[in-house]
Amino acid sequence: MTTPSTAERMTRLLALVPYLQARPDGVRLADAAADFGVPESQLRRDLDLLWVCGLPGHGPGDLIDLAFEGDRVRVTFTAGMVRPLKLSTDEAVALIVALRTLLELPGLAEGEAVSRALAKVSAAAGHPAEVAAPVVVSVDAREQSLAVVRDGLERRRALHLHYYVPSRDERTERTVDPMRLLLVDGHWYLEAWCRNVEGTRLFRLDRIDDVTVLDEPAAPPPEATERDLDGGLYQPPAEAPLVRLRLARTARWVADYYPVEEQSEVSDPPGGLVVGVRTSDLAWARRLVASLGGAATVDEPAELAAQVAGEARSALARYAD
Amino acid sequence: MHVAAKRAERLVNLVIALLGTRQYVSAAKIRDTVPGYEPDDGTERADEAFKRMFERDKAELREIGVPLETGRTSAFDTEDGYRIARAEYELPEITLTGEEAAAVGLALRLWQSAQLAGAAQSALVKLRAAGIEVDQTRGIPIQPRLDAGEPAFEPCYAAARDRRELTFDYRRPDAEQASRRRVQPWGVVAWHGRWYLVGHDLDRQAPRVFRLSRVTGTPRPSGPEGAFEPPADLDLAAVVARQEGREEHLVVVRARPGTAIGLRRHAEPLGPADDGDDRLQLRTTTPWALADELASYGPDVLVEAPQRVREAVVDRLTRLAAMGETA
Repeated sequence: MTTPSTAERMTRLLALVPYLQARPDGVRLADAAADFGVPESQLRRDLDLLWVCGLPGHGPGDLIDLAFEGDRVRVTFTAGMVRPLKLSTDEAVALIVALRTLLELPGLAEGEAVSRALAKVSAAAGHPAEVAAPVVVSVDAREQSLAVVRDGLERRRALHLHYYVPSRDERTERTVDPMRLLLVDGHWYLEAWCRNVEGTRLFRLDRIDDVTVLDEPAAPPPEATERDLDGGLYQPPAEAPLVRLRLARTARWVADYYPVEEQSEVSDPPGGLVVGVRTSDLAWARRLVASLGGAATVDEPAELAAQVAGEARSALARYAD
Repeated sequence: MHVAAKRAERLVNLVIALLGTRQYVSAAKIRDTVPGYEPDDGTERADEAFKRMFERDKAELREIGVPLETGRTSAFDTEDGYRIARAEYELPEITLTGEEAAAVGLALRLWQSAQLAGAAQSALVKLRAAGIEVDQTRGIPIQPRLDAGEPAFEPCYAAARDRRELTFDYRRPDAEQASRRRVQPWGVVAWHGRWYLVGHDLDRQAPRVFRLSRVTGTPRPSGPEGAFEPPADLDLAAVVARQEGREEHLVVVRARPGTAIGLRRHAEPLGPADDGDDRLQLRTTTPWALADELASYGPDVLVEAPQRVREAVVDRLTRLAAMGETA
């Protein structure tokens, strides 16, 4: 069995000589390392290894020959390795599906370029562009605010938003300095510096009721930094209070959707899960529990359980009238 | 030098040797001319060691996609030899304009830390090796991203790719127990941020859509590759869309003035009710999800019609009210 790192290294080793061959004036080692997505030290080890490889006979004229000049490298003999290996099925799928996904985005100024790239990549992969791939990514392309937000981003202008905040069930108005657009798990988000709260915030596009591009330039302050998405979209402060929820089977998705801690399987209810969710916004927690319609109960804090139940009882009283 | 590095060196030499010949090269000749193999010292032990090593190397090259051919150059050859046909090995000519290359770079960010991240990275490496400059740092400030945490993706995707039958346990949200399903997987779809498997259900003899998050355990492929052919006019996303968003329902509710802002964003106002509440009409293809949302507004929202949605909301409120009693 090939370990992923061996396969990865072999793919790189077979691509390196053609890569240099395609750049006859040579490449800076640091740039080549960045292009291959490895540290420079690894790239040097790869080049050292290739230097002793070559055609059968392995005489001085048979080996791959590299010329190092300062921080640059170029190839002077390729031993017949002039083109990269063709794309594997997975590589072709990754490329084609990604380009098709991009094509679905509305108002994409680069749409023409994406179509042409898709046709060329499909031809090189030996897949006609119209052939079905085993993966499809369908994005919600109906967001009307998307075109306006993109316009603001491209022209680097501030935006004025009417934004709905679901946890408080409230419409807000604010002026923001747009930073970037994100498409995460099927939803569009604008990451921007919010001048009202003086912080970086994510705005889900389907919650923007109205947006206008202002004449003034976007000027996110130096402390406006892009969020590292590897920690998830919701990143509650570590000191926020813990809400403990008991999830029935049908509500277990909550544990995948929000960052949870102290997760444990329970038999009451059958197939249930107890999780801790950190939030400094109890209104949000109340709305979440209520929207789960009984599929989640609150272990703590007790006042949250009492609030949810109290609201439900007064609602029931209205139905009884 | 590390064992792994020795092996990588041997594999590169093997590829160079087999690319450099139109003839099939015998295993004995390869052993002689490609450095790194156990030399022939006449002992059976050395022969065995060479055979094992050579078998592993062939498997490894095939796994990374090197088209290793077996055959005989002439009728006088006594055993099969090996070669790599250059036309089969090499990526065809491809040139992209700066704009097109930027589009590729942007598109591939979709897989960043998602399912096909490794394949996306090696595809990028190969395009760069073909002389294309893909700068991923410039371009439009858009960051597409998919959810990586779906363990059923890999086996489902691989089975759809290879067209092998797939068996897995699947738990519908309304079922206590998971049930065994056998399908011919047609493809995997990310639809509005959730992953689905679309395929032909062999027991129900009909097309079915499965949410990957409801698959329990690891799906197992069985039987040969290429065992079936998906329908020619298949539109995977449309199959999921049909399943997830069917009939449209009209729901009429009353909301206390100034409340239920979220609901009003998509509602059609019908004017005031007798008690001063605002009557709102809502359209939905997922009435149970709407019932969840309506219940979350508590006493601010009252469902008038239809009766089924009204009852669904009352059920939810009854369960929520009970929480207070046991807590």
